[in-house]
Amino acid sequence: MTDNLQLNAEGKLKHFLTIEGLSQALLTEILDTAESFVGVSDQQIKKVPLLRGKTIVNLFFENSTRTRTTFELAAKRLSADVLSMSIATSSTSKGESLLDTIRNLEAMFVDMFVVRHAISGAAHFIAQHTAPHISVINAGDGQHAHPTQAMLDMFTIRQIKKDFAPLRVAIIGDILHSRVARSQIQALNALGTAEVRVIAPKTLLPAHVETLGVTVSHNLTEGLQDIDVIIMLRLQKERMTSALLPSESEYFKCFGLTESKLKIAKPDAIVMHPGPINRGVEIESNVADGPQSVILKQVSNGIAVRMAIMSMAMQPHGVS
Amino acid sequence: MLDINCLLDNLETGLNRVIHERKLAQPLMIGLRTGGVWVAEALHQRLNIQEPLGLLDISFYRDDFSQIGVHPNVKPSQLPPNIEGRDIILVDDVFYTGRTVRAALNEIFDYGRPKQVVLGVLIERNGKQIPISPDCSGEQVILAANQRIKLTGPEPLAIHIETTASHD
Repeated sequence: MTDNLQLNAEGKLKHFLTIEGLSQALLTEILDTAESFVGVSDQQIKKVPLLRGKTIVNLFFENSTRTRTTFELAAKRLSADVLSMSIATSSTSKGESLLDTIRNLEAMFVDMFVVRHAISGAAHFIAQHTAPHISVINAGDGQHAHPTQAMLDMFTIRQIKKDFAPLRVAIIGDILHSRVARSQIQALNALGTAEVRVIAPKTLLPAHVETLGVTVSHNLTEGLQDIDVIIMLRLQKERMTSALLPSESEYFKCFGLTESKLKIAKPDAIVMHPGPINRGVEIESNVADGPQSVILKQVSNGIAVRMAIMSMAMQPHGVS
Repeated sequence: MLDINCLLDNLETGLNRVIHERKLAQPLMIGLRTGGVWVAEALHQRLNIQEPLGLLDISFYRDDFSQIGVHPNVKPSQLPPNIEGRDIILVDDVFYTGRTVRAALNEIFDYGRPKQVVLGVLIERNGKQIPISPDCSGEQVILAANQRIKLTGPEPLAIHIETTASHD
């Protein structure tokens, strides 16, 4: 299923809504471009003039600190004018109020929307209905996708492991509620990763999870064998509507990453987490802060990767 | 028609003269990607500069982003952190419109405020569009609008003039 809405007539990025349907070449181009943006942080003046005079609006209908901040910094380092709006919404009449918000902002000559929304498909909906010159970036929609997080994770993996082809990557925890996991699985597969393994209790896996192109394990001790990259997911307590787990301590006992469990993976395995971390629930503090953890590197890389995606989506698109 | 070694000899002589005249102290040499880096590598050796060569990719500073977007093969710039107060020799292969040098200067100044910047190019051709000129060049040539100078390298470094069909 190709999401053509994301690409212009020449196959270049116009919106960034999901990893699904994007080619290995395009994903690699994003990672390569991000590589060059890393150096901007070394400059005395941490800015490049690429998006001077452009206006970017961060529309956050759902709380987020890290994502909103790194998007804001990324936009500022590209010299764009950026406005961050946190909008609380009621769950009814969203269609209409959302479009009204968009129309009003369009009237203020906005060039890009960065959207986070609790409803799956919200960014896609805005991209479909917004003025043709405006680009939309998905900063997380419901349980659907979080493609910029996935790309910064891919960037971090490539930075350390160089090549995806020989890698075995384990994604551990609450796959069911995780938009990050969905985007990561798509990106890892598109980039040619040898194996993507999900490790979780049955209650935290979506039905037919194998169809996403993953192998499945319900046992952390078994599942961590031969693993090069460990991605821990946050236990999304706020999204759990029914009793999917006996207790947090039970969960930690079975699926929490501890120093001794970490030893089962390859000795040079890296530990990742999209944040925010529930210490002592899905990951032990010693591991989160340990030598194999690249969690803070992920945060730093978030800026360069978002700069790459924003500048690529903001390329001239003629009349479309 | 254009002999690379002869051009490099001329540029080396010119740069030595400018270094002397402007009293450059322990200059940092910076090459502009891609062709400028090749030329700078040769000069870096000839002028016996000890400090590693700086590499500059001006893609994020170009003035045509609104027409063509981000260059797909952009590479990281590699400059030392201590640009402040330094004397810099900026090297490019061809000086044409001057826009590349404008972008390069802007990028360098975002790393710090250098004391002096000297521009050396292998070839200066006609077609300048903004008030910037090289301090020295290996050769000055007059070309038609449909002619362009093509540098190939890095080993062996060679230069020739290409003529394209003239409908732009």
